[in-house]
Amino acid sequence: MSSHSLHVEDLTVSYRRIPALHHVGFTLTCGSAVGVLGPNGAGKSTLLKALAGLLPLETGRITFHGREMKGANQEFAYLPQREMVDWDFPTTVRGVVEMGRYLSVRWWKRFSQEDRLAVDAALEAMQMTALQDRQISALSGGQQQRVFLARALAQEAHVLLLDEPFTGLDQPSQEGLKLVFRQLREQGKLLLISHHDLGSVPELFDQVLLLNGELLAAGRVVDVFTQENLTRTYGTRVFSRIDHGLAT
Amino acid sequence: MDWLLEPFQHAFMQRALVACVLIGFLNGFMGGFVMLRRMALMADSLSHSLLPGLAVGVLLFGLAPMGLFFGALSAALIVALGAQLLARGTRVKEDTALAILYTCAFSSGVVLLSFVKVRVSLLHYLFGNILGVSNQDLWLAYGVAVVVLPLLVAAERPLQLLLFDASVARSQGVPVSLLNTGLVVALVLTMLSSLQAVGVILLLGLLIAPAATVYLLCDSFPALLWGGGALGVFGAVSGLWLSYWLGVPSGACIVLVLGGLFCVAYLVSPRYGLIPKLWKARHFHKESLARWEQHH
Repeated sequence: MSSHSLHVEDLTVSYRRIPALHHVGFTLTCGSAVGVLGPNGAGKSTLLKALAGLLPLETGRITFHGREMKGANQEFAYLPQREMVDWDFPTTVRGVVEMGRYLSVRWWKRFSQEDRLAVDAALEAMQMTALQDRQISALSGGQQQRVFLARALAQEAHVLLLDEPFTGLDQPSQEGLKLVFRQLREQGKLLLISHHDLGSVPELFDQVLLLNGELLAAGRVVDVFTQENLTRTYGTRVFSRIDHGLAT
Repeated sequence: MDWLLEPFQHAFMQRALVACVLIGFLNGFMGGFVMLRRMALMADSLSHSLLPGLAVGVLLFGLAPMGLFFGALSAALIVALGAQLLARGTRVKEDTALAILYTCAFSSGVVLLSFVKVRVSLLHYLFGNILGVSNQDLWLAYGVAVVVLPLLVAAERPLQLLLFDASVARSQGVPVSLLNTGLVVALVLTMLSSLQAVGVILLLGLLIAPAATVYLLCDSFPALLWGGGALGVFGAVSGLWLSYWLGVPSGACIVLVLGGLFCVAYLVSPRYGLIPKLWKARHFHKESLARWEQHH
């Protein structure tokens, strides 16, 4: 196992004792963009949230850089779906990016020069410097995604967990976000992105995880993004929530 | 200037002035958290559930302020935490659980107060009387302010994260449920300190109106808190002053002043007000019309 890798073994996550993800295991290396694919209710969001430390693990372990990750930590940044965010919150673009530094500064301490520089750099990298004093509802969808990415950069996170970032974006914004992802990948970040538009998979990702309650395939797009695997992922419902009598 | 200062030459008005400054600031500051956490209705139900606690306090200890304080505190905490427990254990949602618990609590307060031998008017607790605050009431407000404000200020950043996005806050290691409970306790303490002055029913206005007004005027979280506090003081003091000259109940006057200020902000706030928005719409229309004519 390489040291610059995310290693997940035997991961099971349950809601009210009913597993949503079964014994999932994979290894990913930094500097790649990974698509998390699967039908609704397949456990895509569950996987991202479990990695972010938002859900308790029933079984299994998560190791990053050879260190076991338990609960919340600075290396992983979770970016929620856009509709989950209160965009009327009284804060500016810069205010949101500064939130990424809250972990590294003690609650009551003032921001240091280093914090300020990190925020500046993150804004610059996401090309949001000119808009830093805008209230966040006065942004386009693509800009809103870039604000959250800038926050993850300010946090100095290495693994970015994005829940459906392309949903509701128009074509130019999608193109812009694509470029940003490429740039982050080249910087050595590991991006895990849940996604449902299969057509754009080859141009967006270099690896994919195919999920449907369990992991059906994992690997490079050229190897595992095949018709056969997709039929297995989307055609059958292994351990789906419907089998347990729950609505998806 | 005499007309401005004359009311405050009386001792009872000076005491009321101190009370206004203390609880005005405390409520206005706290209001920002309550509004962004969408706890306004929860605050309302909590304020009503103070009543049975007061009744039990009176039954057990007479009108001693400390007995009332702990009675009301425990009643509100039982309702708040009970609602969370009920919601967690069943499919019943938290607002539903709160609605049941607080109406039951309020009713038992009414029933209990009818057993109280000491002559206490229910009306007194419903509407309060800022002119009747005792030294002990002032000390209570002061004590709550000294405990609650520094804690809220110290935890401002994690609280901001929590209010903005609870899941991201949790993923960054913010102790989400601890802070949530802390907010509820701070809210209950704030309410208790204002009970004597504005009463169970008007509490909510003093709590929410300043924050809602500032929310229409700024885009900064610290400004929302401190501005809310300042506006709370201004509204409470000017409401008290007006009530002196008009000879009307002070609590209602304070809430009406704050409500009036909210209306002004709603109408004329440069960024989010109704009038600038309408005016701007026409302005842009003219501009685009002019551009269109230029092209053709």
